[in-house]
Amino acid sequence: MKNPIGNLNKVFDSRIRMGVMSILLVNTEISFNDLKQLLELTDGNLASHMVNLEENGYIKVHKGFIGRKTNTTYSITRAGEKAFKEHIEALENMIRGVK
Amino acid sequence: MERDSQASQSLEALQDIKRMMERSSRFISLSGLSGLSAGICALVGAWIAHGWMQAYYGGDGIVTKEGYRLPEAHGLKERLILLAAGILAAALLSSMWFTWRKARRNHLPVWDHTSRKLVINILIPLAAGGFFVLGLLDHAEWDSVAPACLVFYGLALVNASKYTLTDIRYLGFMEIALGCINMYYPAWGLYFWAVGFGALHIVYGLFMWYKYERNL
Repeated sequence: MKNPIGNLNKVFDSRIRMGVMSILLVNTEISFNDLKQLLELTDGNLASHMVNLEENGYIKVHKGFIGRKTNTTYSITRAGEKAFKEHIEALENMIRGVK
Repeated sequence: MERDSQASQSLEALQDIKRMMERSSRFISLSGLSGLSAGICALVGAWIAHGWMQAYYGGDGIVTKEGYRLPEAHGLKERLILLAAGILAAALLSSMWFTWRKARRNHLPVWDHTSRKLVINILIPLAAGGFFVLGLLDHAEWDSVAPACLVFYGLALVNASKYTLTDIRYLGFMEIALGCINMYYPAWGLYFWAVGFGALHIVYGLFMWYKYERNL
């Protein structure tokens, strides 16, 4: 039998990165501030996780302006969607494996 | 044993994912008591309007096109529009208060990107309906005012159901159906209006309260 843990994605081990991906899967685009509010995080904490996800190619960053204030928004990439769905499947398989 | 704990961790992770998806895409703090209070406001408004109309016509309160076309009707028309605006404000304020209270109890923000999306998507059909009804009033198409209110409000609810508790979709369907039927019973506009905005809101509000908030 294949080891079910093998399919779990290390990137999504962090609850915060998992939360970000869950939110991006159901929202086509979301701003940094909305993410911060939803996940109840500080700027610095969230930013480091977003950089990690971006470097893995799972999310796209769009930098825009509202007036003079910067407005950074994020969306999920194809690769990110695929990777996260596989991670969810792996989680489901872990549960099934016990039964 | 180790596999058991892995499975429970996986389950927890999946529940987290589900919760985040729901919380980030839907405004879940909408309270059933908001529906109840809006319904009560609507019934009070309909009752006052009914009284005014009855006094004006001295009859059974059924409004005919001819009746409204009398020049003296202007005073009544303006009073009714003011009454409608007042009732709308009371319904909005009271329902916002109950929803704000539910959000605060659940430690959720009231104004976040989910409530923003909800408001925008309610306002699109509702603003169109508002202009449409103002146009009807301007052209003295009284018969169509109540049906138009019901249909546009129903469409707004169906549209909004994608951004909040899905149950309001069925309330929307019933409002649309009432509005459509009302088109064929034009003299009964006020009664249809009272059922759609009053009775249905109260029934729906109590149902939602029982389903989601009874144990809070």
